[in-house]
Amino acid sequence: MTTVIKVENLSKRYIIGHRREASYGTLRDSLTEGGKGLARRLLHPFRSSAGHAFTGMPDTEEFWALKGISFDVQQGDRIGILGRNGAGKTTLLKVLSRITEPTEGRASIRGRISSLLEVGTGFHPELTGRENIFLNGAILGMGREEIRGKFDEIVAFAEVEKFLDTPVKRYSSGMYVRLAFAVAAHLEPEILVVDEVLAVGDAAFQKKCLGKMEDVSREGRTILFVSHNMGAIRNLCRKAIWLHGGILKKLGPVEQVISDYLLDSQGPMAISLDQRRDRKGTGDLRCENIGFYGRDGREVQAFTSGQTARIVFHFRNRSGNDLRNVHLSIGIDDQAGQRITLLDSEVVGQNASLSAAGDHRLEVTVDRLPLIPGRYGFTVYCAVNGEVADWIQNAGSFEVISGPFFDTGKMPPPGQGNFLLDCTFRHLEPDDRSDG
Amino acid sequence: MGTEESFDTVIEPGRGMKHYWAELWQYRGLFYFLAWRDILVRYKQTVIGVAWSVIKPLLTMVVLTVVFGKLARLPSGGVPYPILVFAAMLPWQMFSSTLMASSNSLVGNTNLLSKVYFPRLIVPSSTAIVSLVDFAVSFVILAGLMVWYRHAVTWRILALPLFILLAMITALGFGYLFSALNVRYRDFRHMVPFMVQFGLYISPVGFSTQVVPENWRLAYSINPMVGVIDGFRWALLGKGFGFYLPGFLLSVAFTVLIFWLGLTYFRRLERTFADVI
Repeated sequence: MTTVIKVENLSKRYIIGHRREASYGTLRDSLTEGGKGLARRLLHPFRSSAGHAFTGMPDTEEFWALKGISFDVQQGDRIGILGRNGAGKTTLLKVLSRITEPTEGRASIRGRISSLLEVGTGFHPELTGRENIFLNGAILGMGREEIRGKFDEIVAFAEVEKFLDTPVKRYSSGMYVRLAFAVAAHLEPEILVVDEVLAVGDAAFQKKCLGKMEDVSREGRTILFVSHNMGAIRNLCRKAIWLHGGILKKLGPVEQVISDYLLDSQGPMAISLDQRRDRKGTGDLRCENIGFYGRDGREVQAFTSGQTARIVFHFRNRSGNDLRNVHLSIGIDDQAGQRITLLDSEVVGQNASLSAAGDHRLEVTVDRLPLIPGRYGFTVYCAVNGEVADWIQNAGSFEVISGPFFDTGKMPPPGQGNFLLDCTFRHLEPDDRSDG
Repeated sequence: MGTEESFDTVIEPGRGMKHYWAELWQYRGLFYFLAWRDILVRYKQTVIGVAWSVIKPLLTMVVLTVVFGKLARLPSGGVPYPILVFAAMLPWQMFSSTLMASSNSLVGNTNLLSKVYFPRLIVPSSTAIVSLVDFAVSFVILAGLMVWYRHAVTWRILALPLFILLAMITALGFGYLFSALNVRYRDFRHMVPFMVQFGLYISPVGFSTQVVPENWRLAYSINPMVGVIDGFRWALLGKGFGFYLPGFLLSVAFTVLIFWLGLTYFRRLERTFADVI
C-alpha cells in the first residue's frame, strides 16, 4: 500500500472582518484604515504599531478553520469526512484540491487529484447541454479528446439525449444536476475529492451516483467524500474522519467513527408532534411527543443494534371518555422510504385501555434490535375500536448504530440487506441424520 | 526531505509553484474553452448577433470622423479621414475590450475560482481571444474601406502582428493588475470603464499624432497606446506616417514595465483569490 495523501499538521486561518458586511473590502476601507494608521503613527510616533496599523485591529478576528490536522491516506482508501457545519470539512477539501492555501503545515499528494466541490461548476446557462459538457469537462481537468471519447457515455448517464442542443437554462433542476454529475462522474483521476454533491437530485439518481462512485472506487482509486448523509458514507466508505471545530477528532473504521459522531453531536432524539397539522383521524387521542430510550432506561441519541430499544409515546385523551381497544402501530421505513416492518399492538394482542383522564404513555420495546446501522423513518398510527384516532405519516426518524447483535460484535458489510437474523452454522457429521 | 520527492504535489503555505509555467501550458485546454465560451455566449439571445461587432466600430468611426475630421478639421496626413480613424480604432478597440473584459474576468468567474483549481492567470488571459475575434471582423471592415477609398497597402503590413502583440501585452498587463485589484477592491469595476473612456481621448484615435506639438511627442509616447496606434498607421497607411522611433521605444518600454508589474502583482495575490473573492 502506498501513501497517496500525507497531511501533516495542516492549519488554515481566516481573518474575519466584523465591521464589513461583504468579505471583500472597498478601496475606501483600505484608504481610511491606512489613513487611520498613519494618523496613529503621527500622533503616537513611539508606540509600536506592530503591523496592526493597516488592518485596523479591533475590526478583525482570526478564525482557524483547520488546526493541526494530520493523517495519511493509502491508495484505494475511501474515506468519509464527517462533522457539523463549520467543522472544516470543506476547507480541508479546498486545501487538498489547491483552491486555497494552508496557513501552516503541509499536504503531499501522489497522483492526479480532481475535486468536485459543487455540481456543475462553470455551467453557463446560455450554453447548450452539449457545449456545457465540453466546458465543464475542461474545467474539471479533462482534455478535449478525453471528453469526446466519453461524450456518449456521459449523455446516456445523464439521460438528456433529447435536450442536448437546448440551453441548460431551460433544463429542469433535475436534468441540470444529472448532466452536471454525469460529467464529473466520468472523470478519471487517481484521487477524487467530493463534497456534499449528492444532496441534490432525486433518490433514484442519488442511488445511481453512489453506484457510479462505488464503481470508481472498485477500480482502485482513492476517494475523499464529505456528506451529511450517513447512509451514503456507510455505503461508500470504509474509513472515516470526524472533524470538530477544525480539529481531527477521530479517524478509524467508518462504523465506529459514525457511532461516536452521532453519539457526540446529536441531542436526544425526542420528537415533539403537537405542532404537526398533517395528521388524520378523529383526534380523540393525539400523540404529542415521542421519546427514545435504551437498555438501562436512559434517553438515547441513537439506538444500538442488538440492544434494547424503547419508544415511548405520549398520548392525550381528548374524547372525555374511557377508551378501550386502543390499537397502536408503528411502521418503520428505511432510508429509501421502503416500509421494512410494522410494530403493531393488535398483532401481538396488546391493545391498551386508557382512562378518560388526560395524559397517557404507551411504550413499545424491542429487546434485541435486529436493524442494521442507518437512519430510519417511522409512521405513527393509532385507532380506537377500529376507528382511526391519530395517524401521522413520517412522524420522525431515528438512527441505529452498530452494536453487539452477534456475539462476535461484527456486522455484515453495508448494502447486504436491512435485517440481522439470529442464525446458527454448524458442520454436519456424515452420520448426523438431523437434517431429516 | 527525502520523502517529499516521491510526491507529485506538495501543498505548503507560500510555496511558489515550481512548475508554474509548465502547469499553465498543461491547462491550455481550459484557456481555449474559456475563450470559446465567451465567444459563444457573447451573441446568444441577441437579434442581430455578430452584426454588433460590425456596427460598433463603424458607428464609432463615423462619430470620430465627424467630430475630429469635419468639425475640428484636423489634418489627416493625406489619407481619407475615415481610414485614418479606423486604422487606430482597430488596436484601440482590441485594447479597450481586452482591458475591460480581463479586469472583470476574475470577479465574473467567482464560482470557478472558489470551486476548482487551475492557474488563475488563464482567466484574464483568455479574454484576449474574444477581442482578437472582434479584431478580425473589424479588420475585414477596414479592408473594405481601403478598397472603397482605393488605398493600397505596402509590405509594411507584415509588421502588423508585432503591433497587435504590443497592444495585447499592454492590455493584459493592465488587465492582470486590475483583475487582481478588483478581487479585493470592487472600486475598480467602476474605475476601469472610466479610464477606458478617458483613454480614447488621450490616445491618438480620432486624430493623428502629428497634431501633437513636436516637443511634446516624447512625453506623449509614455501612453503605450501611442506607440501601438502609430505603428498601426505606419504599417497600414504608409507614406505620411513616419516612424517616430524614440517615442515608440518609450511606449514599448512602458508596455513591458506594465506587463511585468501586472503579472508580478497578479501572481503575488493569486494564492489568496479564493479566500477573498
